[in-house]
Amino acid sequence: MTTQFPVTNEGADGTAGPAPFDPSKPLLEIRDLEISFTTGVGEVQAVRGADLTVYPGQSVAIVGESGSGKSTTAAAIIDLLPGTGKVTGGSIRFEGRDLVTASRAEKEALRGRAIGLVPQDPMSNLNPVWRIGTQVEEALKANGFKGSKAALRERVAEVLAEAGLPDATRRARQYPHEFSGGMRQRALIGIGLASRPQLLIADEPTSALDVTVQRQILDHLEDMTRDLGTALLFITHDLGLAAERAEHLLVMFKGKVVESGPAREILADPQHPYTQRLVASAPSLASRRIQTAHVHGEASAELHAHHVGEAPVAAGPATVVEAKNLTKVFQIRGPRPGSSADFTAVDDVSFTLGRGRTLAIVGESGSGKSTAANMVLGLLDPTSGSVEFDGVDVAALNPKEAFAFRRRVQPVFQNPYGSLDPMFSIFRSIEEPLKLHGVGSPKEREARVRELLDMVSLPQSAMRRFPNELSGGQRQRIAIARALALKPEVVVLDEVVSALDVLVQAQILELLDDLQTELGLSYLFITHDLAVVRQIADDVVVMQSGKVVEQASTDEVFDTPREQYTRDLLAAIPGARLEGDALAG
Amino acid sequence: MLWYLGRRLLQVIPVFLGATLLLYAMVFLRPGDPVAALGGERGLPEAVQEQIRAEYNLDKPFIVQYLLFLRGVVTLDFGVDFRGREITEVIANAFPVTIQLALMALAIEAIFGVGFGLFAGMRKGGIFDGSALVVSLFFIAVPTFVVGFVMQIVVGVRLGWLPVAVGRDPDFISLLMPAMVLAAVSFAYVLRLTRTSVAENLSADYVRTARARGLRRSQVTGRHVLRNSLIPVVTFLGADIGALMSGAIITEGIFNINGVGGTLYDAIIRGESVTVVSLTTVLVLVYIGANLLVDLLYAALDPRIRYA
Repeated sequence: MTTQFPVTNEGADGTAGPAPFDPSKPLLEIRDLEISFTTGVGEVQAVRGADLTVYPGQSVAIVGESGSGKSTTAAAIIDLLPGTGKVTGGSIRFEGRDLVTASRAEKEALRGRAIGLVPQDPMSNLNPVWRIGTQVEEALKANGFKGSKAALRERVAEVLAEAGLPDATRRARQYPHEFSGGMRQRALIGIGLASRPQLLIADEPTSALDVTVQRQILDHLEDMTRDLGTALLFITHDLGLAAERAEHLLVMFKGKVVESGPAREILADPQHPYTQRLVASAPSLASRRIQTAHVHGEASAELHAHHVGEAPVAAGPATVVEAKNLTKVFQIRGPRPGSSADFTAVDDVSFTLGRGRTLAIVGESGSGKSTAANMVLGLLDPTSGSVEFDGVDVAALNPKEAFAFRRRVQPVFQNPYGSLDPMFSIFRSIEEPLKLHGVGSPKEREARVRELLDMVSLPQSAMRRFPNELSGGQRQRIAIARALALKPEVVVLDEVVSALDVLVQAQILELLDDLQTELGLSYLFITHDLAVVRQIADDVVVMQSGKVVEQASTDEVFDTPREQYTRDLLAAIPGARLEGDALAG
Repeated sequence: MLWYLGRRLLQVIPVFLGATLLLYAMVFLRPGDPVAALGGERGLPEAVQEQIRAEYNLDKPFIVQYLLFLRGVVTLDFGVDFRGREITEVIANAFPVTIQLALMALAIEAIFGVGFGLFAGMRKGGIFDGSALVVSLFFIAVPTFVVGFVMQIVVGVRLGWLPVAVGRDPDFISLLMPAMVLAAVSFAYVLRLTRTSVAENLSADYVRTARARGLRRSQVTGRHVLRNSLIPVVTFLGADIGALMSGAIITEGIFNINGVGGTLYDAIIRGESVTVVSLTTVLVLVYIGANLLVDLLYAALDPRIRYA
């Protein structure tokens, strides 16, 4: 990242750079685009009359939730619609030529050379069996690179170096699995820009990466496209990110473009109701903790009176969970065959979770936050240190007590698609913990399931349905209902909203906050997303490589971060730079 | 890598000992007295039987017989069978034709299975795909000897394209039909495996990304779809080498080939433990070798796999 390579419009292979900047003539012009997918039940329209214009050198962002048609629109431009997708109406003009009616050969000639793509998930978008360099070579050769083998190899190294990979010659000989996610995305950006296209489509290029890496990658992408004069079509679900990275914004909702205009204008003065909701709930732009009926500690007891039978064992010490010097060492395969090495995933971590409060553990992937959570849940034994629950060491419990302990601490996991058994009806999923712990008669259990569904604001009729019939947000509600079935005191929430769309994410966070107030729950909230932390947490523990970097109340961490790492994380929140700037108006 | 290879080769020793001991015990426990049966209806005089038993060490306890066999393995002197032929010679006579047959069958199933499978997988749900699935199901369902006899009658007798049976001197042409019959079932499996694998890889993200960087469809198919799809197929083919060699008994019977199958069958009928165990041991070694080869090929195809 520190090495800056000269980026020129003229590639070493002699391919011409993008056409001279002519802001008056649109590079890409989409009019009344309609795209349908053929499914078992008939045609499903994914895009209904979308308009979009990109001028040379301009950066345009399409924002929308999943299913809004934003990625479908982008895929249609390069004719790579998945499955049965088909353009059924409208036109896509690139430099005046209609791509919808173009032949396959014409479109193949355009791909890579005139329009580049940076895909979403760097983990799955490089072929695992070919070297990185080979995959760059392919892109160059397919787009008219003429030159000797040595020149080709040189150009490959150049492409990778431009994308910000240090030691590019050696890196080119490595395989994708030897690269980290950020490095793979750099390689993919390099491939996307290798043949100097006039337009680069970046489809959620960083949503699979850690925030700090995300920022570096996007900064680099911005620099490169600006220096090369490449127009950028940026697709994202994150409004803050879009506003920060693009001049022009388009908001898509249910296959239509509902609003478009200069990024800052839209943020400051959204016109369409959907955009208004989006601006209001974008976590990267929200600046305060959700304030519903949030009352702490003793005051919440009053509220419990309305829920007979729901009141937890509210009495007791103010601290419900205390982790003392937790350390977890894993044995991993060593450098030599048969040898093993120690890997310290969690290193001397201590924290306390107050009753009725929310403690967030924040960190990037590999920081040890999930390992710490698993130790609190009693799913992993600490190598040293202890987890005390109401002053009792969890590790010292006998099997019977440990079983009873499970009722008091319940988890909700990140992926609601994976954590619900697809063969279980919703009723069976929620009832299972009750059955397992022998709670009540079948009739009482059914009543309890109905009550739980009410609590998470789902209709009772959802009971008879199956996970595949529900949306991601609804599934996460089911997972929360299941966690609450046994009336736990502590809920461990492991990245519960990171797989959800922004608006759904906001709803789930509000639901969690309401439930906390109603039931006096204590939350251990594991997340990589500091923006979410600000909305839900009272206290924060920042972890990096297994160690606690900073530990304080949420306000302190956000207002006066003490450590550099925390400051980096805060600065990396998309939209952070916009705050108090455009939004002030 | 060398460490891995060494370890794998060392593993051959316990597998060899275990397999031979089990085989030897099974043949030993087989009902009936092979020596008494040598005389046919009239039977042999008691003294002659005693003499034969002593000559072949059949009067000694089981474990001694087994250890004597092991000594034979180490010194590469297995002794002679009841007809007085050197057992090493029996092995040397039986294996070449079976190996040739198995390799031909392997080539047939690999070439046609992968080829048709690729074509079917590229157009999943199309007419070719549908017919390929039906035909492969047919080959899986119909027993080998039925396919064998039908081919003998149709291709051999009616059409006269290929020789009906293999004689004393097997050549490429005469082995072609038996090889096809032997390959039939595995061909069907290879086709289905390739088809599924190809169809799955076609929708992989990296395939789409490869197309997005401007590669032509044929380039994408060859470089990104086929190679990735071959990984599970190679595993199957490797494991099949052993199965083809030992599974040739029926095919060899139908086409009158003097290979491992026929020799082994005769030896089992006559109760010649040393011949049976020797032949089978070679087959066990072929299995082990094929498995090792598969694992090494696997690493060559998929760089994520490294042995240490």
